[in-house]
Amino acid sequence: MGKLLRTIFLVDLFQGLWVTFRNQNPKYIYTEQYPQERPKVAERYRGAPRLNINPDNGETLCISCNLCALACPEALIVVTSQRNETTKRKDLTTFTYDTSRCMFCGLCEDACPVDALELTQDFEMATYTREGQIWDRQMLEEGPRPTQYKC
Amino acid sequence: MPDATFLDSTELVLNMGPQHPSTHGVLRVILKLDGEKVLGADCVIGYLHRGVEKIAENRTFAQFNPYVDRMDYVAAISNGLGYCLAVEKVMNVEAPPRAQTVRVILTELNRIASHLLWLGTHALDIGAITPVFYCLREREEALKIFEKYCGARLTTHAFRIGGLLYETYDGFEKDIRDFCTMFLPKVDEYEELLTNNRIWVSRLKDVGILSAEECKEFGVTGPVLRAAGVKWDLRKAQPYSGYEKYDFEIPTRQNGDTYDRYVVRMQEMRQSVRIMQQAVDSLAEGPIMGKVGKVIKPPVGEAYVSIEAPKGELGYYVVCDGATQPYRVRVRPPSFVNLQALDRMIRGGLVADVVAVIGTLDIVLGEVDR
Repeated sequence: MGKLLRTIFLVDLFQGLWVTFRNQNPKYIYTEQYPQERPKVAERYRGAPRLNINPDNGETLCISCNLCALACPEALIVVTSQRNETTKRKDLTTFTYDTSRCMFCGLCEDACPVDALELTQDFEMATYTREGQIWDRQMLEEGPRPTQYKC
Repeated sequence: MPDATFLDSTELVLNMGPQHPSTHGVLRVILKLDGEKVLGADCVIGYLHRGVEKIAENRTFAQFNPYVDRMDYVAAISNGLGYCLAVEKVMNVEAPPRAQTVRVILTELNRIASHLLWLGTHALDIGAITPVFYCLREREEALKIFEKYCGARLTTHAFRIGGLLYETYDGFEKDIRDFCTMFLPKVDEYEELLTNNRIWVSRLKDVGILSAEECKEFGVTGPVLRAAGVKWDLRKAQPYSGYEKYDFEIPTRQNGDTYDRYVVRMQEMRQSVRIMQQAVDSLAEGPIMGKVGKVIKPPVGEAYVSIEAPKGELGYYVVCDGATQPYRVRVRPPSFVNLQALDRMIRGGLVADVVAVIGTLDIVLGEVDR
């Protein structure tokens, strides 16, 4: 009898509707207003790569050991270097990082012995060309420059 | 397949997918119809084939680790755990206790995230729009914990062979505890929306029945098997990563229809919360990386490790020939094996039930095609 009454008075449906109305409270708004408000990504977020420079003298921290290129599963890092005859060390000449093939696994930054290569919290890496996805040394040191639109 | 019987009609072959939104990706189902009745179904898979097993042969053991996340991308952490356990078994090392506990916490959190996505999309397929918003809202909390822990939300690359790379962040335990207390009332909320809802019940009851015998014939595992009444869970049957320490139950149901699979998964989420609470309480200080060198070079040998992924038994078979690259990696994906039961489940049903049955199997096409 009770079951019949519950069926006739649509108790199950109103129960569900009550949940819906309970969640209408504006304090439960979860929408991110993305371009206006930047989402705060986690500290360990693996985003755009960066090649760190020594802040004191502006020289690169990279010792061109090539370990990141060997660790990369997609082999998308190319490091070239030149032997410096005066210091007997390798000087970094070019460093290219193809972000179009990168899957941001973080193996390259784990491999780096001097913390020169790092995956940063930047995530706006869109470009208009495929060539623009291949980052050279200058871009890696300066970081991405996403186009800012103002209205 | 039997021939059409309805009046003098001939059977109609209907092509469903690969772009159909209810096929959860790129599954193509060729349906043979007699009016509205389904006579049989053929699955055409391979639209998302990337050759992951072949890629493994050209990568070192550590390099292949990010690729396993991309098979079942909804439960990437479970995939990572299975692969790491398999390689660890070949190398005969074990992750330290703290690493094991953190692994259990994250894997269970991933199980909840996977089941939430399943619940949302399954309800959406049936026609209930609201649950998907609530499910994704709670899933977001789980993904935030993943992001804080390892820096990525979906394709996490959280575990390394031999243990963990990342130490837990400050406030990790609090985040997990808060999630557990926040989440249990939310499960009640989903159940309030769906469990007794007459539309939900009449759409799901006695649809896509798969008996225990048929499950065993097909090799179906996971919630589909447990909904048919078989108490089989690899976390209990062959405990790995310290699961024997935790007290939890294996939810089962008897009928093996779509509704039972829904109930089993809802209860599994509650059990996952229980495991997480126990694991967080037992989280002790200690090292997080086992005795593994920088270059992973296992001895000649092979190992098969299967774990209980959210979708069923996920197995990794790794063959090593002494090099730094695997000789062969074979994956036993739960979705792929479960999908073959689709034909049996929808035979005699209606076209609308096909959507319900595909949804209840909880397939991820990235894992089916690999």
